Amino acid sequence: MNLLTQPISLSHYLVVGAVLFVTGIVCMATKRNVLGVLMGIELVLNGAGINFVAFGSTRLRADASYCLGLDGQFITLFVIVLAAAEAAAALGIALAYYNNHTTIDVDQGNELKG
Amino acid sequence: MVNIESIPLLLCLACLLPLGSFAIVALFGQWLRRWSILAGWLATGAILGSFLLSALALTGWLAAHPIAAGPAAALSGDWYTLGEFGSLRITIGYYVDALTLAMFLMVTLVATCIHVYSFGYMHEELGDVTDPLAPTADGRPLVRRGRFHRFYQHFSLFCFSMLGLVLAGNLAMVFMFWELVGICSYLLIGFYFERQSASNAANKAFIVNRVGDFGMLIGMMAIWSALGTFSFGDLKDDLGHVSRPGIFSQVRPADKQHALTVPDRMVVQSARTEIDQILNTADNLHAAGDQIRARLPEWRKQGYGYWLLVVGGLGIFCGCVGKSAQFPLHVWLPDAMEGPTPVSALIHAATMVAAGVYLVGRFYPVFTPEVLLVIACVGCITLFMAATIAIVATDIKRVLAYSTISQLGYMMLGLGLGGWVAGLFHLLTHAFFKSLLFLCSGSVIHATGTNEMPEMGGLLKKMPWTAYTMLAGCLAISGAGIPLLIGLSGYYSKDSILAQAFAFKNLHPMHGWLFYAAALGAAITAFYMFRLWYMTFLGKPRREEIHGHAHESPRVMVLPLVVLATLAVIAGWPEPISHFSLSSLVEQARPLGTEAGTAAGQLMPDVSMPAEPEKLHYADAVHVPVSMIAFLAGLSGFVLATLLYCFGTLDPEDARKTFAPIHCFLQHKWWFDELYDRLLVRPVLCVCGWVARFDSQGIDWLVDGLARSTRAVARLDDWIDRVFVDGLVDGAARTMYNVGLLLRRVQTGKLRQYVMFLAVATVTLFILVSWYWNYAVGG
Repeated sequence: MNLLTQPISLSHYLVVGAVLFVTGIVCMATKRNVLGVLMGIELVLNGAGINFVAFGSTRLRADASYCLGLDGQFITLFVIVLAAAEAAAALGIALAYYNNHTTIDVDQGNELKG
Repeated sequence: MVNIESIPLLLCLACLLPLGSFAIVALFGQWLRRWSILAGWLATGAILGSFLLSALALTGWLAAHPIAAGPAAALSGDWYTLGEFGSLRITIGYYVDALTLAMFLMVTLVATCIHVYSFGYMHEELGDVTDPLAPTADGRPLVRRGRFHRFYQHFSLFCFSMLGLVLAGNLAMVFMFWELVGICSYLLIGFYFERQSASNAANKAFIVNRVGDFGMLIGMMAIWSALGTFSFGDLKDDLGHVSRPGIFSQVRPADKQHALTVPDRMVVQSARTEIDQILNTADNLHAAGDQIRARLPEWRKQGYGYWLLVVGGLGIFCGCVGKSAQFPLHVWLPDAMEGPTPVSALIHAATMVAAGVYLVGRFYPVFTPEVLLVIACVGCITLFMAATIAIVATDIKRVLAYSTISQLGYMMLGLGLGGWVAGLFHLLTHAFFKSLLFLCSGSVIHATGTNEMPEMGGLLKKMPWTAYTMLAGCLAISGAGIPLLIGLSGYYSKDSILAQAFAFKNLHPMHGWLFYAAALGAAITAFYMFRLWYMTFLGKPRREEIHGHAHESPRVMVLPLVVLATLAVIAGWPEPISHFSLSSLVEQARPLGTEAGTAAGQLMPDVSMPAEPEKLHYADAVHVPVSMIAFLAGLSGFVLATLLYCFGTLDPEDARKTFAPIHCFLQHKWWFDELYDRLLVRPVLCVCGWVARFDSQGIDWLVDGLARSTRAVARLDDWIDRVFVDGLVDGAARTMYNVGLLLRRVQTGKLRQYVMFLAVATVTLFILVSWYWNYAVGG
């Protein structure tokens, strides 16, 4: 089965979500800049959000018993709100981190090394 | 005027006054120090108050029962119940009759005199005292703080106990106060307890008295278990009916004319086997009761229960033997002279030692003729033995101590031969002249600083008051008087005892030796008393330095001497001579049923006690010869003493050599101390040695071994604890530590690495779960 030849279905959404998710993970794992890491986190969260919206769509999933419905969209809204809150807290941490280390390179913050 | 019903309360108050003084001095005495003379004032005031209350009570009594009216019933009752065990009761009560009042008056009067006297005699106890007789470690004489207040504190306690003993309404109370006077005696004999001799004497007095008290306990148990009561008198309810009969009315029931009868309960107690038989065979309890009641007179006639009565009487007398220093427990009294002289006068002459005689008199209704004969024999042996020892004693106080023992023997003899009034009358007169003699000797000791008569002599000029009052005492104790006309107090009391012995001799010629020994004792009494007086006051001074320092005692000591000397002269005067006769007062209290003497006993059917000669129609036939015999006996003793020690016609040294073996025998006090030492003290010490050795070797070995094995086990436990338990705990901790060391490597502190771990782990988990999910769920 070739996704490129199929009409838009749930799987396409899931692929986009997965690409976003993996991109976020790779971003987190490779970026030394705190802000880069934070962007990776946003990508991961948005990837998850797309999945929820896709699972909540009645059009994409005809079988109502497997459909999240409005719940999916609500969860996505929560995720967005949480992401905003998290971004605020994380930026505060980044500022504090900069105060202590005069840099925002996460590799410099290894004081808790075992 | 004093109501007759309030007399017991008055006497109780008189008894409690010294207790109050004791309590105050005991609580606050140690802060007095320089003001300890206040303790003396307090104690003297208390005993004076007791004397006044007693005198008040006596006037009330005489108003209700004039002497001419004859016998008067005793007042008895209970104040407080200490405990009730079924039918057995222990109470605090009183038994007041003329004897109680006479004793109260005598004790308080003598005690007041001696309290006053002690202000002078114990004067040096006010400051610091140097005691040359008490050894110290470095050989220098001991210097200690004075104990003036403590002396009066003990005196007050003693007065309380003695008055309580006299007032007591039951045997349990008597025993309590009996022990209390004993402990006071112990404390006061050991007043100079730094001296070895004094503390030994105190212990001896206490221990010897315990021997007697043990017998007394047995007697009390015999009576209590059988009669179920300790009370002397009946207990009446509000209506005046007898609710609980006392000992006296059970032993001498009114419906048998107060004749000595074995109480039903004692008969029942003894006839247990017969009663068990009846109970086993009878149809029902009612019939059995009737049968037992019917057979009671028969059993009584066979003598059931009589032994119990005899044991009770002998037991009580045992206590009296200890307290009154009778043969064979007399050994403590001479040693008790280690205490200060006022103590000897009050406790060991006038009151406490007389308590034994008093109890014999009080308990008289219960004594069977056999017991009375034992009492008489013991008294007679005592009086003769002590009198002979007094002949050779050279310590002035010891002479008086043996004289006291001898006179107590007279009292016991009188009581034992049925002379109830005679014995107790002598007790009262003796208290006056013997305390006088002791106080005089104290005055001499105070002046000369020695007890030894051979070091005195020629003191008549130096201390005339002491000498003449003591002469009055000597005459009184010797029974001086013009026969059948008038005499000193001792004349009347001793003559009535001798008359009693004479009447008994007439009744039972077999027991005549009791009379002859008593008459001989009278001669010896006169001899040793005048020997004492001559050696002390007449002749040439034997030691100049002592004679030179001697001086008459201060007025505070002479005044009591004069008072007591007056009493020693007049206390015994009978009715026509004086308005108030002590013997008639005592006569009022005579136990019911003893006026006509005592009938024969069951164990010795031929022994009966005569009534007192004063009560007999042949009184003159007794009194005339007895007065003459007593007078001649006293006179011969007096003449012999005068020849030996006053004129020097005969040399005492010669007499000593002529009778060397006898002298040696007497000087060693009939070898009693040595005998007891060999017979009792040494075996006890020997057994104690064995026990001590067993203790130090056997028991200590056992205990030490136990301790040692416990230590070994503990050491093993310790090893196990260290090696195994600690090893386990330490091992667990070490393992955790090492694991921790391993795990710390993972904590690199690199954020990106953590994210990698997370991603890789999640992917791995996902793959694994999806892989096994098929197997597990999908199958």
